[in-house]
Amino acid sequence: MNAQTVIKICQEKGISLSDFALSQESEQDNISKTEILTRFGQMLSVMETAARTARETPIHSVSGLTGGDAYLYEQRRKKRSLLGSTASKAVACALSCSEVNASMGRIVACPTAGSCGIVPAAVLSVQEEYDLPREAIVKGLICAGLVGQIIGEHACLAGAQGGCQAECGSASAMAAAAVVELLGGSPAQSFDAAAIAIKNSLGLVCDPVAGLVEIPCIKRNAGGVMNALTAADMALAGIVSRIPFDDTVDAMNRVGRQLPTALRETAAGGLATTKTGLELAETLKNR
Amino acid sequence: MPTPSLFDIMGPIMIGPSSSHTAGAARLGKMAYKLAGGDIKDVKMYLHGSFAATYRGHGTDKALLAGLLNLNPSDERLRHSFELAAKKGIHYEFIPTNLGENVHPNTVKFVITNSAGETHEITGSSIGGGQVVISDIDGMEVNFTGERPILVTHHKDEPGVISNITFILYEMGINIGNMRVSRSREDHTAHMYIEMDSLTGGDLTAAIRNIPGMLWVKLLLPIDETSGDASRKDSI
Repeated sequence: MNAQTVIKICQEKGISLSDFALSQESEQDNISKTEILTRFGQMLSVMETAARTARETPIHSVSGLTGGDAYLYEQRRKKRSLLGSTASKAVACALSCSEVNASMGRIVACPTAGSCGIVPAAVLSVQEEYDLPREAIVKGLICAGLVGQIIGEHACLAGAQGGCQAECGSASAMAAAAVVELLGGSPAQSFDAAAIAIKNSLGLVCDPVAGLVEIPCIKRNAGGVMNALTAADMALAGIVSRIPFDDTVDAMNRVGRQLPTALRETAAGGLATTKTGLELAETLKNR
Repeated sequence: MPTPSLFDIMGPIMIGPSSSHTAGAARLGKMAYKLAGGDIKDVKMYLHGSFAATYRGHGTDKALLAGLLNLNPSDERLRHSFELAAKKGIHYEFIPTNLGENVHPNTVKFVITNSAGETHEITGSSIGGGQVVISDIDGMEVNFTGERPILVTHHKDEPGVISNITFILYEMGINIGNMRVSRSREDHTAHMYIEMDSLTGGDLTAAIRNIPGMLWVKLLLPIDETSGDASRKDSI
């Protein structure tokens, strides 16, 4: 399956990307559309809680390295923010989901636990701003899933294999496509947004301090959702990605293979081996 | 690779922070709990590779123990598993170690003593995205993902027992996907592990228990975590 084919089918049948994904999943896995929607509804509920929890109360990670940032940001953004209400809410939600994850709270891996804040933050902030019904958001998550399916088939979604571009980059692409569909954009525009999001995260390395899903993962989720919203906003304005989505996935796949092992979730390079990164890792060891 | 399912991309619903170090670890614990056959009195967990290096920060220790308490990877009680285990009087220990050169980096070896006084050694790895594989049970090399039902038998090492078992499976219309036998020369008994594609209606364990020479039989079911808030990827 590739985006070019999917866009063509959707155009011919006059259906949305989420309609396409729903039918395909139902046929291939012999599961009713109702059940798929129910399960995505359950995921949405978990996302809603995760996106709220750390904004309302400061929570800290198991290691003690991180925490409290979603709360801090929420306090300020309620008064003022450079980003405006939608984007600042998205940043706050992304931080919250990621902090909940680091504190051993319940999240939805989408596509991974390390990138679990991006898709929820994008769809939930847009839902609030545009007052969209819950059913629409569930469909948005399915649209995000479809984009991830294509990336998973032609590249990969694991930091250990493809670096952070495969996790936060993929999540941004998934979120961007979902937002475009939610706001009435065409399937082609969704994939333009996804392509732009991938282009903006190409080459991003996976370099977690002490090997934990915290530094820089939490803040990269905030950056990732901004990437997604920026890409969606451009695509909705009619901006086209000169490099089509399928090609960007191919590039991501090749770039991932070219990344040295040290930059693929081994904590042997990048931020993990900075002076401070090493000091933090050492502190944890001695505790 | 072939197109992944929607639920491979979205989900599972899990307790963070890491699908391989936390969700996968909980699943390994749960499989070990099932394989060890019931209530656990004492467990030593030998942690290898990345499990050994990062188990505290990823909550791998809490997740493994939660699984041994029969909790699901999406259960919020997971982070309190130390307290839960203490309440149940379970003694547990985490031992970072090196299990060998070619062992998967996210591997744990459980040495479990159950309330019946039996000791079982079970080794498994978390291979990514929360998926796991059990590679060794009591010294027998296996390759079980826990996605399908498994039949474990302990029987007399004599002709006809295995054919009786497979005949019952045939009669019930059950297809075998993977099987292994290991024998103990000391007491002339054998263990057999059979991974089946799926189960049919009949009472499989009752039928197999009646086979002459059968000492005991266990059926390990893929655990349905799809009810409530967990997704299909969460099922063992």
